[in-house]
Amino acid sequence: MNVLVILIPVSLILGGLGIVAFLWTVRHNQYEDIEGDAARILFDDDEPKKD
Amino acid sequence: MSVMSCPGCAGAPLAAEHARSSPAASAADSISISLPGIHCAACVVGVERGLAKLPDVLDARVNLSLKRVTVQTRGDADEDALINALLGLGFEALPLDTDTLRAAEGDPVGRGLLLRLAVAGFAMMNVMILSVAVWAGAADATRDLFHWISAIIALPAVAFSARPFFVSALSVVRVGRVNMEVPISLAILLASGLSLYETMAGGEEAYFDAALSLTFFLLIGRYLDHRTRAAARSAAQELAALEVPSATCIRDGNPVRVKSAEIVVGDLVQVPAGGRVPVDGVIETGRSQLDRSLLTGESLPVAADVGNKVVSGEVNLSAPLVVRATAVGQDTTLRRMAEMVAVAESGRSHYTPLADRAAQLYAPLVHGVAALAFIGWFIATGDLRYALNIAIATLIITCPCALGLAVPAVTTAASGSLFRKGLLIKSATALERLAEVDAAVFDKTGTLTDGTPIVTDLQDLSEQDRAAALALSRISDHPVSRLLASALEGMGVVASDLTDISERASDGVYGRDGADLVRLGKSRSAEGGTVFQRGDLPEHLLRIDETLRPGAQEVVDGLQAQGLYVELLSGDTEFAASQLGERLGLERASGSMLPADKIDRLAALQEDGKKVLMVGDGLNDMGAMAQAFVSISPASGVDATRATSDIVLLGRSLAPIQDAFTVARRAHARIRENFGIAVCYNAVAVPLAVSGYASPLMAALAMSTSSILVILNALRVRV
Repeated sequence: MNVLVILIPVSLILGGLGIVAFLWTVRHNQYEDIEGDAARILFDDDEPKKD
Repeated sequence: MSVMSCPGCAGAPLAAEHARSSPAASAADSISISLPGIHCAACVVGVERGLAKLPDVLDARVNLSLKRVTVQTRGDADEDALINALLGLGFEALPLDTDTLRAAEGDPVGRGLLLRLAVAGFAMMNVMILSVAVWAGAADATRDLFHWISAIIALPAVAFSARPFFVSALSVVRVGRVNMEVPISLAILLASGLSLYETMAGGEEAYFDAALSLTFFLLIGRYLDHRTRAAARSAAQELAALEVPSATCIRDGNPVRVKSAEIVVGDLVQVPAGGRVPVDGVIETGRSQLDRSLLTGESLPVAADVGNKVVSGEVNLSAPLVVRATAVGQDTTLRRMAEMVAVAESGRSHYTPLADRAAQLYAPLVHGVAALAFIGWFIATGDLRYALNIAIATLIITCPCALGLAVPAVTTAASGSLFRKGLLIKSATALERLAEVDAAVFDKTGTLTDGTPIVTDLQDLSEQDRAAALALSRISDHPVSRLLASALEGMGVVASDLTDISERASDGVYGRDGADLVRLGKSRSAEGGTVFQRGDLPEHLLRIDETLRPGAQEVVDGLQAQGLYVELLSGDTEFAASQLGERLGLERASGSMLPADKIDRLAALQEDGKKVLMVGDGLNDMGAMAQAFVSISPASGVDATRATSDIVLLGRSLAPIQDAFTVARRAHARIRENFGIAVCYNAVAVPLAVSGYASPLMAALAMSTSSILVILNALRVRV
């Protein structure tokens, strides 16, 4: 049962990472335009960007 | 703020920062344009690359979900130039009032709910894992350790995530009422409190997972509810942002474009043909015709000449006008009418949502049973802790969870399906109320009819008469002449050469067609109306009719087939109203109704015990719409009317109103079924809990199954 001392903190840390990542996505407006982002992945980046 | 900014999402936060640092410059820097036609990746690329080629554009970012592009410019770019560029690229583009939109941006409430949902979900999963170990047989020190870890995760999570429920419950308890949040808050609080006590006492059973999953499922309901309403609100805001945000004023002899809010009394305002008058005022130069249908319900336009008064909200039809403003902003007639509505609204009886009505039955019942269980077990065993345990297990297992989801899950599914059909559900309880409606009152002009009248029976005139009528009608500025001229031109008639043409005020236009005297004007018979007459031949009546809005006949027929009482209330003449009423087969049609008359008529219907749906588009309908049980307005109506109505019709056709009825009734049935499911489940669970057989495992299973059942049932409402 000693393994619990490692496993429980590990599971909590992993879960915590998940929630932090989620908070980050919310803060960065990643849910504002779900349809648009789905379409954007189809763009080609080949053309040089306008500066 | 600096932590939040990353190159990928510079748009919104950057714009917000700009707005804070330099409010004056921000309006020119960022321009929002509505793109109703875009729908795919190719459109996004087309718009963004097309705009990026323009010299003044720094960055263009399309939001495909909102069908909108936000353009960052160097500051001196012109909105019209951007729109023209987009039109050139083949995209329909409409300007949006950035200030109206900015006020709505961000949606902090939705974000807050999402955060709470995430925290509750995280805590629930972790505690659930620990609980599984306990259910699987962990004992003694291990079990205590797991309980303690669960407590450390669960208590802060509950305190944070369930806050919206506590706040809402507290606010109604203070005024001595009960809503769904009261039993929910009690169950969450008691479950957490009991579990903490059991943990400290080294007990066997803790309900931390139940408290958290209750919070989690209910937050889903809350979030769904919020999302539905936020979507409707933002679409409504978009409609508001489409209204004349700016006007052209003549200052120091030069035309200047200013925001409507910046017009002052005494300004000379240009109103283009087809434009809406932004202020109350007096015509300084120009002659035109005004469409007042939104204000009064009259279907025929009225002539407007120098010195005539104009009222904000009227539409200028034929020629540009210059108006000297006499009242602006809050003082305009339009705004004052909006205030009248607020009065009518406050007089309307308060509607209790279904969920709260259910809570009023449910809460005392469940709390009574729990209290009885406590007293019963305490008398039977004399063990206070055991009796308390049973009572709290009863409260937890009766699961207000399914009840809390019963309504939002259904309304979300129903609103979503109606949104696709072109209906915006603005009020949370609009669908519930619509399902109970048993009478419908329609406005005429602009609602059942298109608002632009047409001249019928032109086919009956001989070709020679038509040519003469066109020549005569071109002379006069009278609204009917204008109508006739455009109708005849539309038929390809060529005007004949008339001689001796003269117009006699309040009689008609005279001319000589060869040897015959021809006349276009008022009938000399008792019936009145507009006639064409050649020499001494009988008068030929020109019937003026209105075109029905698409779907109007179907909706009226459909509603009557469903047993609804349908009535027409119009501000137009008695004759026009009764004629349309006859055409549509309505039970009753009244004309010459002033706004106050409409309110009175609705109040009279309501006194007869009818629940009335009011459909209208004009300012003269607003009071009646506020009075009605539920109201619908087409998107073509004025801003203020849309703001008052519970449901907004986005398309041209009225047909979706029938869909709204069908879906509302179905949604009502689903909500009742959902309550039924919750009751059945309680009928099984409560005896188990009261008799002391409930375990945390059972509570967890029961809660999840009933919630999922309720959600699945709600999804059946989609059509």
